[in-house]
Amino acid sequence: MLPSMIKRQTPSRAMVYLSPLLALALTLVAGILLFLIMGVSPAAALHAFFIEPVSTFYGLTELGVKASPLILIGVALSLGFRAGVWNIGAEGQLIMGGLCGGAVALFFYEKTGFYIIPLILIAGVSGGMMWASIVAFLRTHFNANEILTSLMLSYVAGLFLNLMVHGPLKDPEGYNFPESRLFSESALLPTMFEGSRLHIGFLIALIVVVVGWVLISRTLLGYQIKVMGDAPAAGEHAGFSRSKIIWITLILSGGIAGLAGVIEVSGPIGQLLPTISPGYGFTAIIVAYVGRLHPVGVLFAALLLALTYLGGEEAQISLNLPVAVTGVFQGLLLFFLLASDVLIHYRVSFNNKQMVAS
Amino acid sequence: MNTSSPYLLELKGMSKAFPGVLATDNVDLQIKPGEVHALLGENGAGKSTLVKMIYGILKPDAGSILFNGIPVEVNTPAHARELGVAMVFQHFSLFDSLSVVDNISLGMDHDNDMHELAQQITELSHRYGLPLDPQRHVYTLSVGERQRIEIIRCLLQKPKLLVMDEPTSVLTPQEVEKLFITLKRLSEEGMAILYISHKLNEIKALCSGATILRLGRKVDSVKVEDESAQSLAAMMMGKELKNIAHPKQAELGEVRLLVNGLDLPAKDKTGIALQGINLEVRSGEVVGISGVAGNGQDELLAALNGEQRSAQASSIEIEGQAAGRMGPNERRLIGLASVPEKRLGHGAVPDMNLAENSFLTAFKRLGLIKNSLIDSIKTSLFADKIIQQFSVKTPSSDVPAVSLSGGNLQKFIIGRELLQDPDMLIVAQPTWGVDAGAAQTIRLELRELAAKGAAVLVISQDLDELLEISDRIGAICGGKLSRFYPTSDITIEQVGMLMAGVCIEEGVLNVA
Repeated sequence: MLPSMIKRQTPSRAMVYLSPLLALALTLVAGILLFLIMGVSPAAALHAFFIEPVSTFYGLTELGVKASPLILIGVALSLGFRAGVWNIGAEGQLIMGGLCGGAVALFFYEKTGFYIIPLILIAGVSGGMMWASIVAFLRTHFNANEILTSLMLSYVAGLFLNLMVHGPLKDPEGYNFPESRLFSESALLPTMFEGSRLHIGFLIALIVVVVGWVLISRTLLGYQIKVMGDAPAAGEHAGFSRSKIIWITLILSGGIAGLAGVIEVSGPIGQLLPTISPGYGFTAIIVAYVGRLHPVGVLFAALLLALTYLGGEEAQISLNLPVAVTGVFQGLLLFFLLASDVLIHYRVSFNNKQMVAS
Repeated sequence: MNTSSPYLLELKGMSKAFPGVLATDNVDLQIKPGEVHALLGENGAGKSTLVKMIYGILKPDAGSILFNGIPVEVNTPAHARELGVAMVFQHFSLFDSLSVVDNISLGMDHDNDMHELAQQITELSHRYGLPLDPQRHVYTLSVGERQRIEIIRCLLQKPKLLVMDEPTSVLTPQEVEKLFITLKRLSEEGMAILYISHKLNEIKALCSGATILRLGRKVDSVKVEDESAQSLAAMMMGKELKNIAHPKQAELGEVRLLVNGLDLPAKDKTGIALQGINLEVRSGEVVGISGVAGNGQDELLAALNGEQRSAQASSIEIEGQAAGRMGPNERRLIGLASVPEKRLGHGAVPDMNLAENSFLTAFKRLGLIKNSLIDSIKTSLFADKIIQQFSVKTPSSDVPAVSLSGGNLQKFIIGRELLQDPDMLIVAQPTWGVDAGAAQTIRLELRELAAKGAAVLVISQDLDELLEISDRIGAICGGKLSRFYPTSDITIEQVGMLMAGVCIEEGVLNVA
């Protein structure tokens, strides 16, 4: 007989919070197997992957650099996911934010002024919001699935950035390379420690965590988001507007993703390139789920996923492992997390008769 | 083969219990070859459980199934199909991305030549007026066409008995007409049909015999031609209460809720359009709206509580204010509270705790927001007050709504609305699925609210309940509201007529 899945009456509450740790443990086990198959010493590989990158102060600051966009987008996406709004195009909103902010930075090239950085950040947020508002419009007016539209718009954004750095925003003295000029000093985010790349974007990310936490747990808007995600009909009964929530969550997540993008270009990157993100917008989806859609959980999950980026680089350098290891680790983590979540809510039965009777 | 039995299928003493409920209790049923037999009953009467036992999906706890007079034990649907039973389910099991012929082939017990199968499908579809192109993909088909696939899938097995579970609930009136022509044709050719429904006019139009179930028990088996729609309704809804102790007419005050010729188009194809609704509920009275499920009750509640806004502000007046364009919260602020039929997911959010659920409809009227943050202390206190005053059995206000029993959650939801001192309460199915004790408490609370001067409107399928608590009663049928009559002057049969959409005015009843 075929096995079947039966919904559990009451899913264990403790397991809901423990499942990210369980998934992490399973990822490590799978990673060890993977390294053995590849003929690499698992101990050396895991050391290179998880310990080496954070064994120095510089390593820790780099972790903060990688984690900042993940924290920002992770918090933003978890608000939308709580409302049942599946914006998986944060990558595109990040790119548009970076592009708009970058364009402003280039506009003020070789100018100085305290006002430049705020203007750049505002431009970045607006770029992300504008990109996400297309998704919101298509969803509320034509009922177009936001999963598809937001994902497709990510590719459009990527190509548009390419077009810009090949064309109008190309460095005039750059020997025809598809890159913009390097931003001038007053368009770069100040760093927090001498000799590191950790910039004030990390502080902004921490502020967003706190604001996100208060928003989701204490405000009427957060309440509406949760109700609309759990029981839309109850939300309508209470007089909440579905399309209002769709607009707000998309604009909010688009804006924060745009902020993450502009923080990247005027932080660690310092210019516009054809590619400004190693997939932060997509990795943030994993971050949001590993963090249980809670801003504080997202903070820790973002640090963990940031480590996989650093560890992947380290493993490339010291063990000659392919760059795909990072993606494999991230994928394994999400896979095991989703699998344990399914088993928290359902149990497997090999007895079909019982299934029918229940 | 024992051919002495006049019946194709005979059920004797079928019983099936689920945890906490006896779904069918000692039910008998007989169907002759070529007969269209109705299985009639309200939601939860045990119809689906009974046919699932016939089709081998559920195993009966007691009772026997006789096929052509021979006792059989039906263990699996495949076994049922071998015996000649075919079933069209309410929810189709089709693959959207496959063609009609692929879908049918997948559901067959044996392998088939696809070309031959396609020919058979075309042939059957011509013969029974079920136009269907075997090569079309399912996603391009309407709901009615999809149902034809299921019917043809059944007919290919050349069954002796066709079971149809509420086949018209997803169809438009035109599609229903076509379906009936097909079914009559099949019956003329000697196929027996067991037709499950709670729609009386369909049963009058199609069936020759009917077995009526109520609360898991068989009420009666009748010839449909001997019965009227209202007598069938009375059997279905329960007729044991002949003499009702009518509540004392309270002092009637001003009109609190007034509906003037409200029209509301259906939201989707299976929805019901409200037509020319006129209604008046005064301070101090309980008004009851009866009706068979799916006749516009949900739509009426949504129109009145503001979930669905009407085109004209003046079509609904609350406390003398034109409220047709107001949303739920604006209507709440001027005193209208409502309790929807579905508790989990409509009246309450399943995964939120009781404190959070108490906030859901009360935050505006009780001012549960302070400095634009949720006042969680005040909210918890309110939840505790509901739990205490309405004896909700729960360890604390911190448990999720989904963990409460139906009766307790209903007490909580009604308590949440009543403690906001509404001037007007609209409640749908107030005691559905609630145990007898809690049901009595809820009814008393509703009467008491009216006695305190509020206007109460109860929309219910439980006729006994409506007759017990309402001062005036009417019915909704096909999205139209009947006139209302004082409960003291009306009989169950007359309410049955109203529910079947028969106008009482036409000489049958002379009241008011």
